[in-house]
Amino acid sequence: MLDYAWLMLLFPALGTLIIAFFGRRLGKGVISWLAPGTVLLSFAVAVSQFATLLGLPAEERHHEVVLWQWMTAGSFSVDLALLIDQLSVTMALVVTGVGFLIHVYSVGYMHDDPRYSRFFAYMNFFILMMLTLVLANNYLLLYVGWEGVGLASYLLIGFWFEKPSAADAGKKAFIVNRVGDFGLALAIMFIWSTVGSLRFADVFANADVLVAAGVIGTVTMLMLLAATGKSAQLPLYVWLPDAMEGPTPVSALIHAATMVTAGVYMTARSAALFDLAPTSAMWVAGIGAATALYAATIALAQTDLKRILAYSTISQLGYMFLAVGVGAYASGIFHLATHAFFKALLFLAAGSVMHALHGELNINKMGNLRAKLPTTYWTYLIGAAALAGIPLLSGFFSKDEILWYAWQKSPVLWAVGLVTAGLTAIYAFRSVFVPFWGQPRDQKLFHHAHESPPAMTVPLIVLAVGAVLAGYIGIPHLSLIEGWLEPVFHAGGAAAEGAKAAYPAAWVEWVLLAVSALVALAGAYFAYTAYVVKTSIPKQVRDSLGWFARLVENKYYVDELYDKVIVNPLRDLANWFAGTVDKAGLDGAVNGIAGIAGWLGGQARRLQTGLVGLYALSILFGAVALVAWLVIR
Amino acid sequence: MTFPTLNFPVIAPQIVLVAAALIILLADLMVANKRILGWISLIAVIGALAAVFVCRSDSAAFPLALGGPSGPGTMALADGLGLFASAAVLIAAGLAILLAIERVGDFSRFEKPGSEKKQARSGDHPIAEAPGPQVTDRAGAYYALLLLATAGMTAMATASDLMTIFIALEIFSLALYILVGFNRRDLRSGEAALKYFLLGAFASGFFLYGIALIYAATGTTSLEAILHNIQPMSISLPFRPLLPVGMGLLLVGFGFKLALVPFHMWTPDAYQGAPTPVTAFMSVATKAAAFAALIRVLAAVASYDRPWLLALAALAVLTMTLGNLAALRQTSLKRMLAYSSIAHAGYLLIGLAAGNQLGVEGALYYLLAYTFMNLGAFAVLLAVQRRDENDVTGDRILGLAGRQPLLAALMAVLMFSLAGIPPLAGFFGKLYVFSGAVEAGLAWLAIVGVLNSALGAYYYLRVTILMFMAEPAESDQEISSGKVETLQPGWAVMTTVVLAVLGTIVLGLWQWPWTQTIAQAVSTLALR
Repeated sequence: MLDYAWLMLLFPALGTLIIAFFGRRLGKGVISWLAPGTVLLSFAVAVSQFATLLGLPAEERHHEVVLWQWMTAGSFSVDLALLIDQLSVTMALVVTGVGFLIHVYSVGYMHDDPRYSRFFAYMNFFILMMLTLVLANNYLLLYVGWEGVGLASYLLIGFWFEKPSAADAGKKAFIVNRVGDFGLALAIMFIWSTVGSLRFADVFANADVLVAAGVIGTVTMLMLLAATGKSAQLPLYVWLPDAMEGPTPVSALIHAATMVTAGVYMTARSAALFDLAPTSAMWVAGIGAATALYAATIALAQTDLKRILAYSTISQLGYMFLAVGVGAYASGIFHLATHAFFKALLFLAAGSVMHALHGELNINKMGNLRAKLPTTYWTYLIGAAALAGIPLLSGFFSKDEILWYAWQKSPVLWAVGLVTAGLTAIYAFRSVFVPFWGQPRDQKLFHHAHESPPAMTVPLIVLAVGAVLAGYIGIPHLSLIEGWLEPVFHAGGAAAEGAKAAYPAAWVEWVLLAVSALVALAGAYFAYTAYVVKTSIPKQVRDSLGWFARLVENKYYVDELYDKVIVNPLRDLANWFAGTVDKAGLDGAVNGIAGIAGWLGGQARRLQTGLVGLYALSILFGAVALVAWLVIR
Repeated sequence: MTFPTLNFPVIAPQIVLVAAALIILLADLMVANKRILGWISLIAVIGALAAVFVCRSDSAAFPLALGGPSGPGTMALADGLGLFASAAVLIAAGLAILLAIERVGDFSRFEKPGSEKKQARSGDHPIAEAPGPQVTDRAGAYYALLLLATAGMTAMATASDLMTIFIALEIFSLALYILVGFNRRDLRSGEAALKYFLLGAFASGFFLYGIALIYAATGTTSLEAILHNIQPMSISLPFRPLLPVGMGLLLVGFGFKLALVPFHMWTPDAYQGAPTPVTAFMSVATKAAAFAALIRVLAAVASYDRPWLLALAALAVLTMTLGNLAALRQTSLKRMLAYSSIAHAGYLLIGLAAGNQLGVEGALYYLLAYTFMNLGAFAVLLAVQRRDENDVTGDRILGLAGRQPLLAALMAVLMFSLAGIPPLAGFFGKLYVFSGAVEAGLAWLAIVGVLNSALGAYYYLRVTILMFMAEPAESDQEISSGKVETLQPGWAVMTTVVLAVLGTIVLGLWQWPWTQTIAQAVSTLALR
């Protein structure tokens, strides 16, 4: 069964090709079945892979499917091969499962778009590339997927390219990501030149070669750079809030549930390397914690519903980085999975609100929407509660696990995580209470609001069920997912066992669990007080904070800072190069070279006179020169 | 004198092809629907390809030889190299036949001057099937000649004796001379054929004289015997100094067929004047056959001495650079592709100049990739070419993407592959020959190759820009507005293009069956 893993890639590949080439001829009816259908088939294959792996003993749950040898040049050889193990199958389940629901939702959401078929061709292409990324058995194929999802993301952010803001956002995402991708390319080259192979199994088995060569720190830090780009961490997070210009299903699928987690996945996949580079791992944890806190404060002050969710995504990705940084890879992936459910749910519900209000996203113009959009309201509430970490919902279990491992590593990281958890609860419930409770603030909008069609609400309900239940695979002490994933990260086993023995006593864990539950509830209660009961509180808080409030409201002026420090100087430099260096110097030179080439071409043409005698003479001269050289040598 | 033993499997492809050519010539007299003849020749090519595969499975370990067991005295050798090149030739022939099946009438039908009178007199002339009394259709001759040329090329690919190589060369050359001049309605076609023939005869003289001198130097024309005789401390050879002269002259002959600079001057005229399906065929199949023979000759005679490699490297540099430079400024797309195929012969030669396993493997891979992408590109030209034309200028494809998106997309893939953009076959071909050169210590040659690729990218990408980013020219606006007959490429032409594009993509993404076969073929050669 495991040998059929390639079917997972085949279905979305066929979908992409068919829709891209025949989409317009097929019509909306066929596409609305075909596009989600291919993803559903992939999901079915992923489930069968999962079931097969479950039936195997833990040490045999590692299978490589070599489709074919892709290229060989001298000693350089790369296979087109898939790796099926616990980690890749978990990721494939998330990608295809959540991806399928979002495809179904898109059928409703994009129904009136004139570029309907193009949208689904892009979406299927994204699924194909994301699966390539998570199923690859070597770094080069992973890189193919990595670039492929970047391309899909660019195309989909700028899908409504008539809007200048959307086109700019697409460009911004692509360029910022390139900075990170550059790091990954360099890391891959380092690995190749040191280890001589790019296959995961070979690289991890020979990780000590990287240590001996003294490049392990460089490689892991370059990987971290790549991950901060793709997963929107400090300092390369700036593209993600702007990426909300894309259609909402895209925000849900690519910029919340799947693509942005690629950095977490790659770090977890490279666990064997990060284990040998403690400094880099510390950097991962530090950047994760800092991003989590930083983005949460910004989310508090945003008024655009999708932007609140975008900053929340950045913050939650920070948690995942914190987890993989402290060596709790399984917890990081666990949070990745639960987050995929509740964040996709939140985005799709936000899309449903947007659908109802004709594109309005400012929460200060909404109010009392629960009366008009009951399904959307309830599902959004569940998603927000899961995000806030309200006990017994999925986000609670996964976040608590991360905090528990952070505590073992360093109480400072734990404290940052805990404060963030409190802030998360406040902004999550603010985004519930302001739009859905209270009095309608804009009567006209409220009057026209209507619930979305079933193609959109059914996926919401399914995702809501997932957001409630997904956490139960990771209950403390019974944790199924940890036992399932752990062998991938600690093949050696012994070191991990030793670390486990040194864990603090069990009561500490229960106390920490209670503390984080209390913090989440307190945050929710504060949000209730501030945004429903006594709506003057936010203003008071803002006034008392003074300049800091303005700083946060303006997102710490980071975009402005980047503009001032990087973009504008670069632009000036580019203008200088374009105006002075290029026009006067290079352009002249290039035009000169092109002119010379063109002139030579012209001369070469003139040689071709059409006279046979001249042609024969050319042959004769060539023959004389050739024979002379061979005789003299 | 003993009668030589024949190993029929070795010449089975040629037997099939020649027999089919004779059948077609006979059937031409009886069949009214000339399309049937096309199908017969396509079947013959597929049969020959099957024969090649049968031969391959028989000869995995011991290559079959014609005229006794493998060793000195064999005339032909069905080894990995020969069969691989034969397969490339046959693929090219099959695609070229498919390409012509709907369009052969464009250049094979013509009005006989004063034929009306003749027609009235000669009742025994069975050309009554032609629509008018004065129209005659020579499609049968076209297919027969194409098959004969294919037979000659496959024979050259498997030939293991200088005499067999020469005879095979003449067989396919004669057929090609006629094919180039096949279009009676176009004066340029006749002019091209005459030039090609005159210069071809001239170059054959060099070729034959080279063989004579090599014979004088080594006492034999068998490649294996030559390799054996010129080993140091072998038999004494009083005329050995003649060997380099003979090889130089032989190389001139090869250079002519491969269109290497400075023996290339006939190429643009012949490629432009010949009917487009003929150009598509001869631009790829001739190269496959001649490169296979050249590899074999170099492995035996030159034994890869440094001066030889440098001579090849110099030819490669000249060929690439001049081909690319001249292609830059062409207005006729057919002529541009003619120069582009000269440049590609230069890239191919890099692999041979490297003289190592990797380089020759790369050259063979490149050869197959080139077969698909170049033939496909000419097929696209045929698709946009009107029935009364034999050439395509740049403005014909202006804004093609708007009128025929599929055709434009396929052409773009072919152009990307010719330019060497990953992950298409053209990229890997270049990658392999360049790595071969680097491994052989000829890094400078690889650098020249890369610079040339950059030069080449300019005119390939210009084609895509013309197709996708430009508005149609006025005459074509008339076409799209329905004032003039719309150009509809037939299904056969489209199928050819699609197959060529598929080959280009598959060869890039699914490499191991090919690289494995090639590695096996090269391993039996006496390379260093």
